[in-house]
Amino acid sequence: MHKFAPMAGFSTLFRKEIMRFWKVSFQTVLAPVLTALLYLLIFSHVLEDHVQVYPGVRYTAFLVPGLAMMSLLQNSFANSSSSLIQSKITGNIIFVLLPPLSHFEFFAAYVLACVVRGVMVGFGVFAVTALFVPVPVQNPLWVASFALLGSALLGTLGIIAGIWAEKFDQLAAFQNFIIVPLTFLSGVFYSMHSLPPFWQEVSRFNPFFYMIDGFRYGFFGVSDVSPKLSFVIVGGCLLALSFATLSLLKRGYKLRH
Amino acid sequence: MQPAIEIRGVSKAYGSVRALVDIDLNIPEGEFFALLGPNGAGKTTLISILAGLARADAGTLKVMGHDVVTQSQGSRRCIGVVPQELVFDPFFTVRETLQFQSGYFGLRRNDDWIDEVMARLDLTNRADFNMRALSGGMKRRVLVAQALVHKPPVIILDEPTAGVDVELRQGLWQFIRQLNGDGHTIVLTTHYLDEAEALCSRVGMLKQGKLVALDSTHNLLKDYSGAQLRLRLAQGVLPAALAPLVTMAPTTGEYLLTLHDYAQVESVLAEIRKNNLTVAFMELGQPDLEEVFVEIMGRD
Repeated sequence: MHKFAPMAGFSTLFRKEIMRFWKVSFQTVLAPVLTALLYLLIFSHVLEDHVQVYPGVRYTAFLVPGLAMMSLLQNSFANSSSSLIQSKITGNIIFVLLPPLSHFEFFAAYVLACVVRGVMVGFGVFAVTALFVPVPVQNPLWVASFALLGSALLGTLGIIAGIWAEKFDQLAAFQNFIIVPLTFLSGVFYSMHSLPPFWQEVSRFNPFFYMIDGFRYGFFGVSDVSPKLSFVIVGGCLLALSFATLSLLKRGYKLRH
Repeated sequence: MQPAIEIRGVSKAYGSVRALVDIDLNIPEGEFFALLGPNGAGKTTLISILAGLARADAGTLKVMGHDVVTQSQGSRRCIGVVPQELVFDPFFTVRETLQFQSGYFGLRRNDDWIDEVMARLDLTNRADFNMRALSGGMKRRVLVAQALVHKPPVIILDEPTAGVDVELRQGLWQFIRQLNGDGHTIVLTTHYLDEAEALCSRVGMLKQGKLVALDSTHNLLKDYSGAQLRLRLAQGVLPAALAPLVTMAPTTGEYLLTLHDYAQVESVLAEIRKNNLTVAFMELGQPDLEEVFVEIMGRD
């Protein structure tokens, strides 16, 4: 009889998810870094001399944390959602449904893998763009906190989307109509204070705004709202979504019939 | 001794379609059991519920004494399933696939057994091939290996030889027989009824979600179908009195008659003699499971 090691299921699933995206790292890590670099080059070329968001901060420098966070969030979401939808459609999801993996192990493995990919992409964007424009890092702890919270939150959202969607176009709709608009309207390219009052109020209901704003605070020491408030809101959203996701996994929603 | 699989009053419906209706079934430890039925009879649904991939609407199921709902961790550890569909993860090699599957079951250092399983299934020289590069038969072998990687006491094979060449089929059955000999309980679903007849000591048949037959293979063969008498007359046609026994119209001049038992041969021959006919060829055969299956499935 075999001796079963505790947590081996979790660590194996985590390792498998890491290997899955790493085997296609050109597509999952390098491509988003290149896309972010193109955003930076084009936007900075067009707007550098016309826009100053924070006093003493060049627009190109202002863009860097936003682009890094946007890439981090989108790739964290893509990691769990694409892995799950592929597994469901090809049928190999049964390889993780048959073993005695608890819903906690399942959740933690997928989310942690999203955090790893998200942080790798975010760091990659920052490292490459830093070659073009120097960006200060005034408070690395806030940078790390929002990077981890943001990637975990989007990884969790990716699990929900991945288990809800039954076809690739449903997942694409989730991404195109929810994730992308919320990301683009979160202050990646502008400060909330540059918006009309109505849209400033609307932005306050977008959790992505707090992720970007808190993350950017870690670089410049300046933000639209208090980083502590952002931390509480993002952390609260993560807790609520994690609870919801664990509940779905425990029920076997769209996974076990 | 507790049964390896214990199923009590299990029902399952998908909308208005009743996939399983009040199934009761015990499979003792060490048995080689065949679960047969036409497509859509409920075999895969029952297997899915046993494996925790689906949930029953009513009833209880236990695997090695572990309830599949309330003690799912224990029951899943005791069961290995070879799925019917040819599924694989295209990102990984054969070895990685087996190592992951082993890890999911909580086994960290399992390479010796993985190597042995690969060797037994003739996968060793494909160990570092990506799954996409394998033929259908090879992928099927990997599915079998995945089901065995944690040495489960209960192994469920859902049509494992569909689309598989003769060589693998032989090798696979030799391996599965050995596992059964070592005490593993085997549940097999297959459309190759000759395989079920040769391998399985007991047979259950599902029809429209109901268990319509459950007995030893020997008893089913004995009870549900008599002897088969194949004969050709030297001249003339078979007497009308024997027409009710004919199960297959003569195509090459040969009649196939189904008898209740061997003693009935004498009365058949007597009827032929009474009509001044002579037998040119005669062969008495044992019915096979396929005939039993057709007979049972044909009933209302």
